[in-house]
Amino acid sequence: MKNITILYFAKLREEANKRDELLKTEANTAIEVFNFLKEKYNFSLSEDYLRVAINDEFAEWDDKITDNDILVFIQPVAGG
Amino acid sequence: MLVSEIPLDSSALNKSMVNFSAGALVTFEGWVRNLNEGKEVIALEYEAYSSMAEKEGLKIIEEAKNKFKIIDAKAVHRVGKLNLGDIAVWVGVSSKHRGVAFDACEYIIDEIKTRTPIWKKEHYVNGDSGWVNCEHKH
Repeated sequence: MKNITILYFAKLREEANKRDELLKTEANTAIEVFNFLKEKYNFSLSEDYLRVAINDEFAEWDDKITDNDILVFIQPVAGG
Repeated sequence: MLVSEIPLDSSALNKSMVNFSAGALVTFEGWVRNLNEGKEVIALEYEAYSSMAEKEGLKIIEEAKNKFKIIDAKAVHRVGKLNLGDIAVWVGVSSKHRGVAFDACEYIIDEIKTRTPIWKKEHYVNGDSGWVNCEHKH
């Protein structure tokens, strides 16, 4: 069992109706966490349109997660 | 790079770049405009994953310093509610001669737009609103 933190921004923040949450999970990879939360909140964006960040760095969906990681699902950016 | 919750003061930012070995300062300002993809915009808000945006922004600045013979570079992105005409992003690059400063400034703004975790929600005249690049994608 791992304890991880998820931060939500922009459209996913609105859909989850929260800015962050602590999650106890047996998931091994970022995509497993995303699939669980996509189902829970019925996210309108699939992983094909998102990237994942682990601890402030872009990561791969297959990357392993470890205890105390901070995950963010990065929607298509629109700065500038 | 910094993320700012307060309005950007371009003249103060310009002054912060002063360096006696520099012969050129090239700046870019991104402004809030009234039309996007044919829809009339009345206001917008930017939201950032600030800690990562600032780290990713610093990487971009370092890349620009390695690629181009510039003296210094800086970028600031605004977050929160913005009105038409407000400055959304400011980029400044100083160098001995102007050519590389133009190139580096373009590199930095292009990379900011594709890599930094910052999002924009537009509010339209007709009452609709939406997150740019995120709507109708399943």
